[in-house]
Amino acid sequence: MKQSLLLDGPKFEITLKRLCQQLIENHGDFSDTVIIGVQPRGPYMANRLRQEIKTISGADVQTGALDITFHRDDFRMKGSSPLQASRTDIEFLVDDKVVVFVDDVLWTGRTIRSAMDAIQTFGRPKKIELMVLVDRRFSRQLPIEPDYIGIQVDSIDAQKVIVSWKETDQEDSIVLITEEK
Amino acid sequence: MSSTEQLSTRHLLGIKDLNEQDIQLILDTASNFKDVLNRPIKKVPSLRDITIANVFFENSTRTRLSFELAEKRLSADTINFAASSSSVSKGETLIDTVNNILAMKVDMIVMRHPYAGAGVFLSRHIDAQIVNAGDGAHEHPTQALLDSFSIRERLGDLAGKKVAIIGDVLHSRVALSNILCLQKQGAEVMVCGPTTLIPKYISALGVKVEHDLMKALNWCDVANMLRIQLERQDIAYFPSLREYSMLYGLNKQILDSLDKEIIIMHPGPINRGVEITSDVADSAHSIILDQVENGVAVRMAVLYLLAGKRG
Repeated sequence: MKQSLLLDGPKFEITLKRLCQQLIENHGDFSDTVIIGVQPRGPYMANRLRQEIKTISGADVQTGALDITFHRDDFRMKGSSPLQASRTDIEFLVDDKVVVFVDDVLWTGRTIRSAMDAIQTFGRPKKIELMVLVDRRFSRQLPIEPDYIGIQVDSIDAQKVIVSWKETDQEDSIVLITEEK
Repeated sequence: MSSTEQLSTRHLLGIKDLNEQDIQLILDTASNFKDVLNRPIKKVPSLRDITIANVFFENSTRTRLSFELAEKRLSADTINFAASSSSVSKGETLIDTVNNILAMKVDMIVMRHPYAGAGVFLSRHIDAQIVNAGDGAHEHPTQALLDSFSIRERLGDLAGKKVAIIGDVLHSRVALSNILCLQKQGAEVMVCGPTTLIPKYISALGVKVEHDLMKALNWCDVANMLRIQLERQDIAYFPSLREYSMLYGLNKQILDSLDKEIIIMHPGPINRGVEITSDVADSAHSIILDQVENGVAVRMAVLYLLAGKRG
């Protein structure tokens, strides 16, 4: 197994700060905007963005967590993901709001498709945007592209991208893992 | 969370076949579905490619409606079959009836049947997945799961909690499923009722047996009051309903005389004034309607997790 470190420490911080600045540039005081982290790993990023935005601009942006397990398109298929869901935590309606989906890694686009399906059960957003920390470009299976990107990575399907967060994994880092045959 | 987290069984025939992890998985998934049921749009697309037949050879209000709603909330297609209005009265056998239903491309059968073991019998002869919605006086697994879910909501983890099952234990499928389900989660169980309505060797299941209602109530954290099943009682098990309700009926005075608060449950339908009075059934101690509400979420979890076993 080969590991290559793509981002950590101060550079990780800088990337997150840049993403926050881009959000502030487009959404102002966030009175109309909510940030929703896609489970299981998106909420860590959503919470970090919320804190960072508060430090930079003082705005307290509403954040939530969305679980997409029951909206997957690979339910009951061989090798599909675990059946058990994570928590969905959305304490507001998203009608006429701008929803920014946040996830750590964008790969095939199928999770985000499910998220777009799942968010409909909380109302009809005015607009949906997508922010990802890592964009594994050239690997999409659906016509889905992010609006805000932390870093872009060229990878093959056999590789994995793992994002670690200070809150749970002791350190901030993005690692590309290649399994050796 | 790992990909091995799925049920150990292909059917839900009884709590007996579930292990502790299965029960936790069902209850945890049910709380996700309860959350779905509180959204403006109470529906998920998970089972959109599944057809479920609700086959009821015995009357039911709550269970049938609850299953049907759970199926619809999961986007499954459903068909309903009630024995009373069917060809069963023309002499068709159980396997023939079910095979005819399956010929219409049905994936899952939810069955209630007056005979114990009907679900097990069916699972040995047909391909579809079976969910037991009550078989005779044997098991009613989804009721026990929703009871555990409702207790867990109020009291947290069931380990060490004391639950008394009071009333017509002899004719009750809810009792056996509850005993097994509660014990697998580490709770202590007591059964209480007149000698005639307590099965002879029930203590072999590791439950306490008590014939004095007050002693049972003073012992327990939760009292599950069972219905007197007059329709199943072929002989007189007690002199009169009046005498039964005087000795084993739960009323406000008894509840107030306890020096602690206990939770009151009832699987329904209630015989008001027999096993439980209206002021108790409708009091803040009672979680009877929570049980009904939670039933849909728990059944969604069961159907969803079983469907996940097919792939």
